[in-house]
Amino acid sequence: MSMTQQATPAVGTPPAPGPKQSDGRTRQRPLALRLLARPEVGVFLGAVAVLVFFLFAAPPVRDGSSMANILYQSSTIGIMALPVALLMIGGEFDLSAGVAVITSALTASMLSYQLTMNVWVGVIVALLVSLAIGAFNGWLLVKTGLPSFLVTLGTFLILQGVNLAITKLVTGNVATDDISDMDGFAQAQKIFASSFEVGGVNVKITVVWWLVFAALATWVLLRTKYGNWIFAVGGNKDSARAVGVPVTFTKISLFMLVGFGAWFVGMHQLFSFNTVQSGEGVGQELIYIAAAVIGGCLLTGGYGSAIGPVFGAFMFGMVQQGIVYAGWNPDWFKAFLGVMLLGAVLINLWVQRTATRR
Amino acid sequence: MTSNETGTHGAVLKDTPPAGERPLVELRGAGKSYGNIRALHGVDLEVHPGKVTCVLGDNGAGKSTLIKIVSGLHQHTEGEFLVDGEPVRFSTPREALDKGIATVYQDLAVVPLMPVWRNFFLGSEMTKGPWPVRRLDIERMKRTADEELRNMGIVLDDLEQPIGTLSGGQRQCVAIARAVYFGARVLILDEPTAALGVKQSGVVLKYIAAAREKGLGVIFITHNPHHAYMVGDHFSVLRLGTMELSASRSDVSLEELTNHMAGGAELASLKHELAQVRGVDVEELPEEGDLTAPVATSSEGKS
Repeated sequence: MSMTQQATPAVGTPPAPGPKQSDGRTRQRPLALRLLARPEVGVFLGAVAVLVFFLFAAPPVRDGSSMANILYQSSTIGIMALPVALLMIGGEFDLSAGVAVITSALTASMLSYQLTMNVWVGVIVALLVSLAIGAFNGWLLVKTGLPSFLVTLGTFLILQGVNLAITKLVTGNVATDDISDMDGFAQAQKIFASSFEVGGVNVKITVVWWLVFAALATWVLLRTKYGNWIFAVGGNKDSARAVGVPVTFTKISLFMLVGFGAWFVGMHQLFSFNTVQSGEGVGQELIYIAAAVIGGCLLTGGYGSAIGPVFGAFMFGMVQQGIVYAGWNPDWFKAFLGVMLLGAVLINLWVQRTATRR
Repeated sequence: MTSNETGTHGAVLKDTPPAGERPLVELRGAGKSYGNIRALHGVDLEVHPGKVTCVLGDNGAGKSTLIKIVSGLHQHTEGEFLVDGEPVRFSTPREALDKGIATVYQDLAVVPLMPVWRNFFLGSEMTKGPWPVRRLDIERMKRTADEELRNMGIVLDDLEQPIGTLSGGQRQCVAIARAVYFGARVLILDEPTAALGVKQSGVVLKYIAAAREKGLGVIFITHNPHHAYMVGDHFSVLRLGTMELSASRSDVSLEELTNHMAGGAELASLKHELAQVRGVDVEELPEEGDLTAPVATSSEGKS
């Protein structure tokens, strides 16, 4: 593979400082290979393929409102897949992400309802709770050195139990009470769960948030110190520490970012359905992780992008809705997912091998 | 060349030793115990600007423990550790870096999948712009990395290629260039030639000499006495956690150094006994009297 073209160690050649920048740099890797080495290219091609496939296989998909629906479906996965992807690039993953969404929504809902306060109080407290869960995950991981699988599996089980038990204890039911008539509900709904018209098509606001967050995450990842640190702690934690990267801060803050994502999606669910089912969210964490992996993030860390998971989430939404629009048995969805995931993993493996080849 | 404008380390490269012969880094009777295991004991070491101090020793001799103390990964439990004559105790590698002590570890402390220029500036990135939009100054970082590498004689086609695609010698040189650029006054090299071929070892040795020319104090850890003797000004041989030999270049020959490395002093004392045993060839072993080089703290117990 000519990806690994190298300059031979120029022992005898005198150094060429100054303006002769182009010297010895003329040889470049072929464009196609350089493009393929980008983490998001594989998933972009995959997303296009899936889109084209369903445009042919399921004629209703060609309609604008179906596309808006697909994008909405993608955004609810995609908003959460972003921080999960950043965390994965940072070398960890979070199994509690799915139920943490529900924990956040339950906190906001029950707190404002039971104490009859403005919903914004609940929303703020839910944010703090979500960040605290993330910080706890990260802190425990950093302090004990346990793998994130174990730590977050623990939090996953704890939260799953707490969600059900507390909800039953407080409301006597498995779902929370309807908060749609409370102070501040309309305002909060505008932010988390409204929709607007574009050319006669009803687009949910989460689609906008999704793309805004994705742009922000991309910028942070590629253009800031913090982004550099994320790649470094995921790629080689010990090396990163040795050259002065604050590894503990980076890891804990990444978990808190997942907490933020869980809060946002939780608020969306709360304000679009008015109530929360306490048993939901289980299994979602694997969907987020799958979207990140399909999006080109390396499960072992150190490689990936923020734009990849956007396409990854889009593939999810597309397949999920596309199967329905095509009139097929929805049971095929999971099989599709499995194939997509395996394909993505194989591409990742190939990239890692070629990228580290001497 | 070595501009300090990035300066997150805060270390300023001093051109000449200001206080005469004061060593940059000094260990006095330093040691380290892990629980009740004494890994290092009674070690004296001085690092002067513009000199290469070689630390030799077999596996398990305490070389790694020694550099971990100096580089701030571990703390010493006995003796003194002085930087610029001031006693210090580092709790993180960052503090050592701030004092101008840079370590090039055996695994080089690089992140294989990251581009060369990102690795070069990792942990000390150049930024521009005010806080909410403070961002990496990619253009300047790439240019600087390229210049610095060229100054060391490394010309790369593409600084965007992952550092994992470079050869072992090239990666070693990038790591050394990085340490030199970030105002290191003391450069610790942990077995830089261990995994390299003959030619690549030569390249690395050349950069060690180049770093010395720039006035850096170099601690060169190795178990290869030939490599050490090519660039070293002072030699310290560790054996089972204590200092077996501490000699300057003029006091020791390559042969003596090799003997010490091979456990010569112990073998010599055993020679008489071994001579009684049939089938053991003792002719080639040195006599105790041959090892004339000054021996430091050898009377201490071998713990």
